Order: sequence, then structure tokens, then C-alpha cells
Amino acid sequence: MPKIQIKHQSPHIDMTPMVDLFSLLLTFFMLTATFRPDEPAPVDTPYSVSEKKTPDNNMMTVTISADNRVFFNVDNGQDTILHYRPKILEEMGKRYNIEFTKDELRKFEKGNYTLGVKMQDLKAFLNCKDAAERTAFEKGVPIDSLDNQLAMWVLYTRQVNPNVQTLIKGDGKVEYPTVKKVLSVLQDYQVKVFNLITNLEKVEVTQKVE
Amino acid sequence: MAEIIQEDKQKGGKRRPKKHSTRIDMTPMVDLMCLLITFFMLTTAFSKPKVMQIVLPEKVKKNEKVEPPKIAESRTLNVILGPNNKIYWYPGKPAQDVENAPVMQETDYSDTGIRASLLERNKALFKKITDFENQVTTGEIELKPDSVQARIKKIKKDDDTGPIVLIKPSKLSTYKNFVDIIDEMSIVGIGTYTVTDISWVEEHMLASQSGSATPSTTNK
Repeated sequence: MPKIQIKHQSPHIDMTPMVDLFSLLLTFFMLTATFRPDEPAPVDTPYSVSEKKTPDNNMMTVTISADNRVFFNVDNGQDTILHYRPKILEEMGKRYNIEFTKDELRKFEKGNYTLGVKMQDLKAFLNCKDAAERTAFEKGVPIDSLDNQLAMWVLYTRQVNPNVQTLIKGDGKVEYPTVKKVLSVLQDYQVKVFNLITNLEKVEVTQKVE
Repeated sequence: MAEIIQEDKQKGGKRRPKKHSTRIDMTPMVDLMCLLITFFMLTTAFSKPKVMQIVLPEKVKKNEKVEPPKIAESRTLNVILGPNNKIYWYPGKPAQDVENAPVMQETDYSDTGIRASLLERNKALFKKITDFENQVTTGEIELKPDSVQARIKKIKKDDDTGPIVLIKPSKLSTYKNFVDIIDEMSIVGIGTYTVTDISWVEEHMLASQSGSATPSTTNK
């Protein structure tokens, strides 16, 4: 009787298609990746039914965290040549008599910080080595009438980039008076259209037919 | 080099160069890729957050006298955002004095709360908008998405039956309340609404009706 030979199968699996697929996915994710800017404070935005998308560029974002701190951020414009961020900072420096070095301006441009820092602390903030050092300065942009730095940021941002759109990102738990203060600062500088950042939530409404 | 090989051959021993398998072990590469893909998937802000647009009127300067816009009293609806996620609302002219203040209805942000009351008052306009949207989805009217939005805006603007809602957030309401009520406006399809400051009379009414509110809110 001849022995029945079981075909010896190699335990190796051909991984080539898998690798192909993986490299495709990897390339896709690498190219589409837009990194979230650093969030100094967690913000839980409320829900709405609006399906309008946030603009890609030309936006200034005022963030209000749950502990009523106000943060400010602005993007660099649709093209990197425009350098809106350092231009705005330079103007701000002139207003508050702070001279920023080239290196500091570059740092400000590159490290897309959501600013919650007083102008007076900004130089020290930019020269911080790591994130832990930076958080110590993040007390929020002052918005009281005595020292309204948010207003100055808004003013110079709109001077440097007239097409800027205003976004407000607030935590659901923020008390209304703080929101009102921020809104009135913006209204003082002729901002009329506000985009409130929200999460999408579908709602179905049906009307009873009598 | 060539000489050395010849020498080898002369020795007679057949020396085959060791045959390497053409297959490379790809496992480490796959591991790494897996890791990178996971990293990119988790760090990308894949779905962009949505925005809700509101337009607020220009501020009235202090030494400038502007007549408040005339609106029909019968259509006006005052919605006051109270503390603890409660809404208080009353129809008609904004209350002028504390003595004969209207009684406010207490409600909340749920489907059966403010939405039901608003929908009841906004029936005609809501029907117009949904009918129009249905016509677009069934293909009776062919329009680009942009012009659909423009048409809905126009329907809202031309409407003269729906309520005019004055949103008055109190000091004890939150940002969530504020967003929720504006969201309700777009869900129900209210044509005209605006955000205004709460008057001291209304703060007083709110304090006496909600009970929990501190009297410090009426500091005028």
C-alpha cells in the first residue's frame, strides 16, 4: 500500500496583498491628516442640527473653557506665504511695546497654539521648553474693560486679514454672562456673523396633521 | 576575482552558493504599518466639527438714539432662558412693569417642551418649508443645494404668520442653553428671531416665578 502523502503546506502566508493594502491606507491617512491644534483645555461643545462645515482657513477661534477662561487662535491664511500669524503678533507687540525676535515670531507661527496667555507673559511663554511649562501661563486672555486684550487681538486680526471669519467654541457649561461678554467684545469690532462650533445631532421633527 | 573562482573549480568540489529564499519576512514591516495606521487614524480630525451660524445686529452706540424696530405684538414671543435648564415664555409685548406682569409658562428643552409650543405657533411656515423640502427630494423641483437654502431663507422672510421670537438669556443660563434654543429655532423653522438682553422687569418676574433665583439678579 502506497503511503498517502499529505501535502506539506508551508506555514508562511503570502503577506504581499496585505502589505499593499496597508501601504495604501497608510498613504491615505498620512496625506489627509490634518492635525488637531493643541487644546489647552478640554471643551465639550453643545449639539445642534446644523450641517454647515467649519471653514478650512481664514478663521479666528475664540474658545471659552468650562472654567470661564478665554482663548484665542487664528490661522495662517490659505497660503503659507501669507504669514498672518507672525504679522498679527508683530502688531500686537507694537501695541504693548514688546519687541519679538525673529525666532519668537517663527515659533508663534509654527506652534499653532490656542493662546490663553497675557501679552505680558507671551515672550516667556514662547521661550518655554515643553508643554508643562507652558500650561503655567495659560490663565486665559484678559477680557475685562480695563485690559481688554481679546479686543486687541480681534482688532489686529481683522486689520491683517479682513476676510477672517469668527468662530466661537464654547463649553456647554459656560455661564451666559461670559459668553455675552465675548460676544459684545466682538460686536464692538463690527463682527456680526458668528459661527458657533457644535457637534452634529440629528433630530426628526414631524408635525401632526389634523 | 575570476582567478579565485577558477581555482575553486579545479578543486573539484561543487560549491553552490547558498540559495536564499526570495521571500522576505514581512511581519515586522506589517507590524510597523499597523501601528502607523492606527496612529494616523486616531490623530486625524477626520470629521470636521460643524458650525451653526448666527447673525447679531450691530450694537447701538450709547449716545445714539435708534427707534426699536416695530413688530406686531400678537406675533411676539418672549423666551427667557432661566436657571436649571428651564425656559420661561410668554406671548405679547415685552413686560413693562412688575405690577401687571404676565404669567410665564415654564417649560424645558425637550421635544415636548419648547419645541411643541413653538411648532404649534409656527405651523403654517413649518408646513411650507417641509412641503418645499419634500418637493425637492421627490424631484418635483430641481435645484442646486445652494439655491435650496436660499429659497428656504426667502420663504422664511416672506412669512407673516409665524412668531417673532425674542430670546432673552438670563444670567443663570448656560452656553448650552443658548445654543439649544437657537438650534430649536432652526429645527422648528422660525423665520424671525433675535437674541436680546433681558430687562430688569423680566429678571424680577423670573426671580419670583422660579423661586430659586437669587434676588441679586435684580440689581437695578
